[in-house]
Amino acid sequence: MNLQQLTDIQENFQKKHKDIKRICVCAGAGCISSGSLEVVRALKDTLKERGLENSFEVISTGCLGPCNQGPLVKVLPDEVLYERALPTDAGRIVDGTTGGATVSNTAFFNKQVKVVLENCGRINPESIEEAIGHGAYSALHKVLTGMKREDVIVEIRDSGLRGRGGAGDPTGVKWDHVSKYVSDIKYVICNGDEGDPGAFMDRSVLEGDPHRVLEGMLIAGYAVGAPKGYLYVRAEYPLAIKRFETALKQAKSHGILGNHIFETDFNFEVEIRVGAGAFVCGEETALIASIEGGRGVPRPRPPYPAQSGLWGKPTLINNVETFASIAPILANGSQWFKKIGTSKSAGTKVFALAGKINQTGLIEVPMGITLREIIFDLGGGVAGGKKFKAAQTGGPSGGCISEEHLDVQMDYENLMSLGSIMGSGGLIVMDETSCMVDVARFFMEFCMDESCGKCIPCRAGTKQMYDLLSKICAGEANLGHLALLEELAPTIKETSLCGLGMTAPNPFLSTLRYFKHEYMEHIVEKRCRAGVCKMTSTMATSGVHS
Amino acid sequence: MAKAVLNHFSDIQPVTKDDSRIKRLQSVINRHQKRPDALIEILHGVQDSYGYVPLSLMAFIAQELKVPASRIYGVVTFYHFFSTKPRGEHTCVICTGTACHVRGAQVILDAIHDDYKIRPGEQTPDGKLGLQMARCLGCCSLGPVAVFDNDIIPKTDAKRLLAILHEKI
Repeated sequence: MNLQQLTDIQENFQKKHKDIKRICVCAGAGCISSGSLEVVRALKDTLKERGLENSFEVISTGCLGPCNQGPLVKVLPDEVLYERALPTDAGRIVDGTTGGATVSNTAFFNKQVKVVLENCGRINPESIEEAIGHGAYSALHKVLTGMKREDVIVEIRDSGLRGRGGAGDPTGVKWDHVSKYVSDIKYVICNGDEGDPGAFMDRSVLEGDPHRVLEGMLIAGYAVGAPKGYLYVRAEYPLAIKRFETALKQAKSHGILGNHIFETDFNFEVEIRVGAGAFVCGEETALIASIEGGRGVPRPRPPYPAQSGLWGKPTLINNVETFASIAPILANGSQWFKKIGTSKSAGTKVFALAGKINQTGLIEVPMGITLREIIFDLGGGVAGGKKFKAAQTGGPSGGCISEEHLDVQMDYENLMSLGSIMGSGGLIVMDETSCMVDVARFFMEFCMDESCGKCIPCRAGTKQMYDLLSKICAGEANLGHLALLEELAPTIKETSLCGLGMTAPNPFLSTLRYFKHEYMEHIVEKRCRAGVCKMTSTMATSGVHS
Repeated sequence: MAKAVLNHFSDIQPVTKDDSRIKRLQSVINRHQKRPDALIEILHGVQDSYGYVPLSLMAFIAQELKVPASRIYGVVTFYHFFSTKPRGEHTCVICTGTACHVRGAQVILDAIHDDYKIRPGEQTPDGKLGLQMARCLGCCSLGPVAVFDNDIIPKTDAKRLLAILHEKI
């Protein structure tokens, strides 16, 4: 493959699609379960019956966004979206008479800025021609044929991109470290072990635009001097695995993967490693142990993977969304990316919106947007006219944010100061029917089950905290138990070996910080205001609180 | 070393070479050039075709990859995806991720327990239905989510899911 061939594919694609309407049907895991594949078949049959196959094209795409309105159908270039499409709607969609909404006019879409998800929902993720037609691999070509390795790293550093897996370390600095170590071989790992319950950004990106992730990995491989990459992905995401496999095969046959990529000296191979259901494997050293075929147990750092990672070699590990941000930065320049978002947190962030909210789904917003905008403008507010109680970010490592903080700008530092974290982007809205003590116990049970058992603070500490929280939920606790919890939490945070234990007390600490009254009600009044916890002992005698 | 560990496996069954599933396993092992780091990939193959990872196969894989059987056992028991016991003819997985939790996954689990007397990780005495729970299936927008024999059932509730179970089993 050379530049001429790349532009040929681009031009052919654009020529072929100039006068054609594209009917994009979401074939993400969510919409498939709502029946979108039947809609695809019905649309294809309708076009065939009417002899319109030359003026329309039906494609199965990645996630279109508002998942709970699925199956979703979008017609391009008109940008008209049809929600809850049924196979019987096929004729009307082709006629253009069904009540669709022009996408940019709806509240859900007009506050979004799509960088990572630019092509998601607009291309067939199983076709490299479509990806190239939408600009894929031109950034890679530019890098391989016109940029020095150091320049690529400077560009990424200047863009202000920070790790999208949750911790928010500057990506450019990480790349710089790995590039400086001298070794016979280095590795690039894409972390797709999206274990946080309530998060599905990585799944959607891998399902919707796998070539963008691959391009990011290739550019990273060139920049740090690694000839080999791994994608580590959860076994719970079979569709993402299948689509990435297809992307690898296509890239290989087009000379974009393998030896002498774009006729340069750069060689790169990628292998997929499927996880087997262990949350701790999202931690980088545990993930490395798992790729090596062992138990996913973390080890102390330093040495960091940048120095000694996979099989003891320098290894770069970035999240799926981080890799998906690379190609647009190099195509448009670091200054373009830096202008999006806030001064400390540049760019956009993909969030998975779920829970008790009217409009659930996948969104991409500029950093610095407020939670209020996300929940009430994009998400259409709390479902069923109920009252907002808390928003949970960061999964089991994060915390719950209460109503008085809804106007805080979302960036890494602000969320940290609220006692939560950005995390990988799961955002779950809870209303008055959720009990915050129960939520803390839910996450503690998760951490207890997922603790690998290597270090005592995490293995024994999460179990103790879970038992104490269960006591509170059952109405069997006294104030001494709460004091014990408050003493245990910082100890576990400070003494655990890896991120799992260090962050496990966060859901408890943040709910205690903003919802202490609920803890007190459980302990003193033996009452759960949300009615979630079933108390074994009650203050039935007084009757005051019933 | 490997042999000594194997002797502790009391219920071990000899591996029958003419079983077609063994041939498939052998080809997976060969495809990975018997590399020990491909162990998890190989175990996925076993879990797929047998529905669990029998002790006899752990011993077989240990010999093939030339690693101690204890290491295979350690890996199998570490990851939730692998099971050392059969999981039932039909499987029903209930997602208990955060979004499904706040939308009532526990109510569904309780209803299945009332009806079939099984908890996650168990199967009915006749082996027809195995109940599992998943940490998160990533379909959070459509919670509560269940999976019956690989079919995702979105936006479900106890009544509708039990109706499906009664119909299919």
